[in-house]
Amino acid sequence: MNKPFAITLNVGSSLANKTGTWRTFRPVYVKRLSPCNNACPAGEDTQGWLYHAESGDYETAWRHLTQDNPMPAVMGRVCYHPCEAACNRGKLDSAVGINSVERFLGDEAIQLGWKFDKPAQESGKRVLVVGAGPSGLSAAYQLRRMGHQVVIFEAGPLAGGMMRFGIPKYRLPREVLDAEIQRILDMGVELRLNTKVDDILVTMKEEKFDAAFLAVGAHLAKRTAIPAAESAKILDAVSVLRSMEGEDKPMLGRRVVVYGGGNTAIDVARTAKRLGAEEAIIVYRRTREKMPAHDFEVEEALQEGVLMRWLSTIKQVGDGGAIQVEKMELDENGKPVPTGEFDTLEADSVILALGQDVDLGLLNGVPDLTFEDGVVKVDEHMMTGYAGIFAGGDMVPSDRTVTVGVGHGKHAARHIDAWLRGTTYEVEPKAELANYEKLNPWYYTDADKTVRPMLDIIRRQSTFDEVQGGLDEGNALFEARRCLSCGNCFECDNCYGVCPDNAVIKLGPGKKFEFNYEYCKGCGVCVEECPCGAIKMEPEST
Amino acid sequence: MGHQEIKFYQTGTFTVGNRLLPPEQRSVQSDIERTNSLNSGHRACQGCGEALGARYAIDAAMRATNNQLVAVNATGCLEVFSTPYPETSWQIPWIHSLFGNAAAVATGVAAANKVKALKAGKALPETRVIAQGGDGGTTDIGFGCLSGMFERNDDVLYICYDNQAYMNTGVQRSSATPPAARTATTMPVGEHPGNEWGQGKNVPLIAMAHGIPYVATASVSDLRDLEYKVKKAMSMRGARYIHIFVPCPLGWGSASHDTIKLARLAKETGLFPVFEAEYGEVTNVSKIRQKQPVEEYLRLQRRFAHLFGKKPRLDEIERFQHMADQNIRKFGLLGDDKATVGYYGAEHE
Repeated sequence: MNKPFAITLNVGSSLANKTGTWRTFRPVYVKRLSPCNNACPAGEDTQGWLYHAESGDYETAWRHLTQDNPMPAVMGRVCYHPCEAACNRGKLDSAVGINSVERFLGDEAIQLGWKFDKPAQESGKRVLVVGAGPSGLSAAYQLRRMGHQVVIFEAGPLAGGMMRFGIPKYRLPREVLDAEIQRILDMGVELRLNTKVDDILVTMKEEKFDAAFLAVGAHLAKRTAIPAAESAKILDAVSVLRSMEGEDKPMLGRRVVVYGGGNTAIDVARTAKRLGAEEAIIVYRRTREKMPAHDFEVEEALQEGVLMRWLSTIKQVGDGGAIQVEKMELDENGKPVPTGEFDTLEADSVILALGQDVDLGLLNGVPDLTFEDGVVKVDEHMMTGYAGIFAGGDMVPSDRTVTVGVGHGKHAARHIDAWLRGTTYEVEPKAELANYEKLNPWYYTDADKTVRPMLDIIRRQSTFDEVQGGLDEGNALFEARRCLSCGNCFECDNCYGVCPDNAVIKLGPGKKFEFNYEYCKGCGVCVEECPCGAIKMEPEST
Repeated sequence: MGHQEIKFYQTGTFTVGNRLLPPEQRSVQSDIERTNSLNSGHRACQGCGEALGARYAIDAAMRATNNQLVAVNATGCLEVFSTPYPETSWQIPWIHSLFGNAAAVATGVAAANKVKALKAGKALPETRVIAQGGDGGTTDIGFGCLSGMFERNDDVLYICYDNQAYMNTGVQRSSATPPAARTATTMPVGEHPGNEWGQGKNVPLIAMAHGIPYVATASVSDLRDLEYKVKKAMSMRGARYIHIFVPCPLGWGSASHDTIKLARLAKETGLFPVFEAEYGEVTNVSKIRQKQPVEEYLRLQRRFAHLFGKKPRLDEIERFQHMADQNIRKFGLLGDDKATVGYYGAEHE
């Protein structure tokens, strides 16, 4: 090359200067666990499905969601959404309405008739599921997806378990429940109604089942010894709610007293109100703060005119429905103690909502089982002491909610599948939690939560119409886009933009990014400016 | 806000990109095909704000001019770290002459382009010119040439990357160094430690006083606003000036990962007002989104360490707060307030 005067070297690019050697720390892309995913009893990948909903791709969102939970339309109505309580956005303005988006996706799926895929391959194994409640249905769905033949034995006349016979219509319309159950059955799951299993070992042997998942629920109402006159009408909440599904609605009278402080007590009091009771009074021995019922349900009940008698116990039910109530007070440990002061309430019927027990009759004669407080103990693989018999839902020790039941069903299915293959299912260790401190909230637009419409109060007192409305497409999309995508890259291009050394390679839509360690100097700006905490600095090893 | 702010798309336009936006609404920097005018391998320090600001600005100018661009560089960090002989990081035609004459050289390039256009029978040259330098080369050494370029209304966009001192030569004070800041020439000793209060100059306001078509300030913490301003400047002819705030981890004694955070705090405290002006009049200001006290900004920088520690200089911090509050009033940085500053503005009425 002929060089100009005084020039001795060819012009070169600074790319020859590998500035990566300056680095003492290196940025690394990570996937952290979002608090919502961490809190979900059904183990939903909430952040993952919201990601698809954000771009309006509802079907992909729904398919992603239903990998973990086959009943989003039910969940979007009855789940107590611990995800929202954990949501990082709650620290910014208010939590993302995850539950409302879930309901929107579920309703969309029903309306547009989205179906589950049939398994690609049959395993040739037969699994018995006892009980068609949330846990049993969830297990059946997951097992069927894995290619197993599944038969559900259900003692009742209809599938759904407590979702049908415990949760009132005004919280869960039955056509929604039916649609989501039917979709599971359409995968080739066999359902036998009115089929009670009396002896599990006999049933398994007769029909050559390779494994069984038991999820019979807790349907036996707990009783308490209350002295009562013969004419007194004392009912239990489970039977009242169950009879709501039949032809003959229960006759409760004008004045109804409900005894207990759980969600079932609230449900039954609100049901009584809708059946025409002028007065529905909940009698509970502790205070509102100590009530096991969820506060929003207590609030909705109060709005509908349900009355509450805190710090009270029922001592006896006399002739003509005169109820003797003793006032209580809390001692220094928060335990209710009697005061000796009495009071009288008038009631046409008294409904006991004191919790439920499990009917464990089908396990008679099964060796090596352990029981505790009236439920079956299972190991970390959801298996009872008897090999091949697994259990979940309300009949094992846990919180008794629909979502927990669905989670049990999913986990049990994975372990059953592994057991059938002669292996064990290893639970992946949880990723590091993406807590609020890991985020850079500056980058999120200000957007308040969309509130779901509520049915007007008059219709809430007289009809069984659904109380809480859903979101439409517009505001469901808005709500999904409030997601901060905690701990998981959502391709905002910040790292790609803010690097002073062009050391971030953008791989294109959906493919995310890569660091170019030849030039990355390790300044850490990308980590600091990543909105969602999906990058971290690690010391260089050499 | 100058640029079109888009809301309710998760991060709106706060982040560099946004997968939910149509491509034409995304930033130049989010483009997989961006020019990378200042390429990898340059020798700027870790977390250099100036290297970042220069790539933001020149990439945007390249997009706006359809890649018909020449850059003239003053002496300074940007020149030294990008072109140690015989390597260059620039992927555009680039020329360096002296410390103080970037504006004059750019005027010459613009004049040459004009002659070439006329000879080719075109009314205006397609190739556009940018002059760029640090605060030393702009507010001190090159100031005469710069003012000349302004008053002649030469067709040049001058960009000043303001890191508030002569960083390349070892952190000496410039006329853009803030009061109380420690530099190699303003040590934290005496009654008023660090740089003197009541000195220095505000070149964006001086540029406005020339009545030139366009003056703007911008920050590396607000990419969309910066790109909007460069694009707008390149759509105009005549003398234009953009002053970009670029934190310097080395000279300020800040953590290399805090570069953008500091730029954001400078704007959110009100210490660095972000605005644009046409023909001497303020036409737009970037409002403060989450107002912050000045301590949040000062505390992260060792050049202000003598204001904190065991005997904090609350009086000096208070003066900074006063300075920020004055900016907020003058430029109308909060809510619906209007700017009262400007060559033809209320300040002189």
